Amino acid sequence: MDVIELTNIVKTYDMGGAEQVVALQGVSVTIRKNEYVAIMGPSGSGKSTLMNIIGCLDTPTSGQYLFNGLNVSEMDDNALAKIRNKEIGFVFQTFNLLARSDSLHNVELPLIYAGIPSAERKRRAQETLTHVQLGDRVHHKPNELSGGQRQRVAIARALVTRPSIILADEPTGNLDSKTGEEIMMLFEELHAQGNTIILVTHEADIAEHAHRTIRLRDGKVESDQPVKNRRIYPRAQAS
Amino acid sequence: MHFLTELKEGLAISFRAIRANKMRSVLTTLGIIIGIVSVTLMSTAIEGVNRAFAKSAAAFGTDVLYIQKFPWVSNDDWATIHNRRRLEVSYAHRIERQSMFSDAVAPVLATRRRALNGSNSMEDAMVTGTVSQYLSAAGVTLADGRFFTPEEASGGRPVAAIGATVAENLFPREDPIGKTVRVAGFPYTVIGVFEKQGGMFGAFTSDTRIFVPLVSFQTHYGGRRDVTIQVRVSDMKKMDDAKLELEGIMRNLRGLVPGKPNDFNINQQEILTQTFEPISLIIASIGLFITGLSLFVGGIGIMNIMFVSVTERTREIGIRKAIGAKRRTILIQFLTEAAALCLIGGLIGLAVAFPLSLVVDQFLPTAMPLSVIFIAIAISLLVGLISGFLPAYRAAKMDPVEALRYE
Repeated sequence: MDVIELTNIVKTYDMGGAEQVVALQGVSVTIRKNEYVAIMGPSGSGKSTLMNIIGCLDTPTSGQYLFNGLNVSEMDDNALAKIRNKEIGFVFQTFNLLARSDSLHNVELPLIYAGIPSAERKRRAQETLTHVQLGDRVHHKPNELSGGQRQRVAIARALVTRPSIILADEPTGNLDSKTGEEIMMLFEELHAQGNTIILVTHEADIAEHAHRTIRLRDGKVESDQPVKNRRIYPRAQAS
Repeated sequence: MHFLTELKEGLAISFRAIRANKMRSVLTTLGIIIGIVSVTLMSTAIEGVNRAFAKSAAAFGTDVLYIQKFPWVSNDDWATIHNRRRLEVSYAHRIERQSMFSDAVAPVLATRRRALNGSNSMEDAMVTGTVSQYLSAAGVTLADGRFFTPEEASGGRPVAAIGATVAENLFPREDPIGKTVRVAGFPYTVIGVFEKQGGMFGAFTSDTRIFVPLVSFQTHYGGRRDVTIQVRVSDMKKMDDAKLELEGIMRNLRGLVPGKPNDFNINQQEILTQTFEPISLIIASIGLFITGLSLFVGGIGIMNIMFVSVTERTREIGIRKAIGAKRRTILIQFLTEAAALCLIGGLIGLAVAFPLSLVVDQFLPTAMPLSVIFIAIAISLLVGLISGFLPAYRAAKMDPVEALRYE
């Protein structure tokens, strides 16, 4: 089943006056359930724009975007917020946790916006934190956690609503390579558990964890092919 | 997401934000504190003035009608009124006999004279000649002693009942009862002292008066004066009927043919309150407007700091939007923060204003009315919502992509 169906997506930005920047010029991509896709491309290739559109943070100038069969390109702000809340789990390069809140509250946040009652919220947030091996860090604030732990909190926050896709933007960009590997291992695990993962990166060795790579250049899809030599961790293989 | 959950989350965020910026919050709140203190004190003072007036007006008695040559409040030509014929003491007997609606009638003559007790003197005591019915006609009460009897009154005995201020001035360290007071040379034995009335209309209360029998007054100070006939109406609900009846009796006494205007006035306390009300309203409006300005300035301070807060937290707004916060949620979050700041300011303001109102209480018979507390809380909330709206709106309509990119 197709989770994401992008047809001829165009995105232009007005730079004031008559000047326009074309970030995407006709991108068509389909992503199925439980795929593990890496979107690659140098800076300026339009991968951030594409990620924003896939993540429903932005809408295309033209073209059609079907998310689980729903036409997202015509939705208003509130409907988009609802999709982001329920269907998309974001993982950012800079973690983007709320500095003043502890891990539990950070993970609870999407559930608050989803209107889940407090007791259930706490239970699910705790569960998800335990799932990313942070069950003993629930009351730590972000500045009391290491980079890897922060990213795990962010991943827990992305997972807690059981979204249709996990959208990770350079998730290892701010981590040392060892911690980065650990995070990639976690993604591997999540994929094995049935999650759909979209990884946006410019690092080839990170992209190699995915099953399929979409390369962008100058706002167009340059190539879209399966990964031949996947990096597979023993632990992920076992699960 | 339910409004209540949003509000709860908004409150939690607000208190975290306020705590994180203590100094800034304190300074911003100060504007609201000052605003609420001044508005609260102003309304307390206004309440005090109103109460002082009501208390003073009450000295006239709500059920007492005053038949007089002059109206208390008038726009008519002064000369016309001044040229009216004098009112006679004898009218009182006729009214007493003919009126159905009244239960006490007392003619009253008054003049300012010097009163003496040894070396203690009072230059402008209001010497008042009246009859024994006065006590019930005026609705005043004695603190000590008694008023003169009908016999003493008709016999013109040299007895006097004195007001509280007179007693204080002439008999500072002794019991006046049984002592002698000399009024313009004539001695009277003090038989009673009135309760203190206070209020703004000093000259009209019993406080500065020395009551003597009407007959004695006429003999000692002359009877060719304008008399005031005080009539107490037996049933408060029939005040209008009583006025009509008295008007008829008076017109008859004055021999006025139909069509001729009254050449007397029937005054009552209500006239004073009716005159005072619009004035008091104007004073209150101006006072509250001026003090309201300080609250307005406080509101601007809140708005300013909320704009700063929104800009500082652009990234946080981006994060919240990315994980599903709707515009409304963000709007409520910042509105709640502004309202919470103002509410805290309002409560502190009330806490400061309360002891200050006790100081005001020393000068005016007032207390911070309970309603002021609720109004102050409501106003501070309102100021928060109004001044928080623009910043909150700006936060709500932020583009999540831009907000997430903000450094």
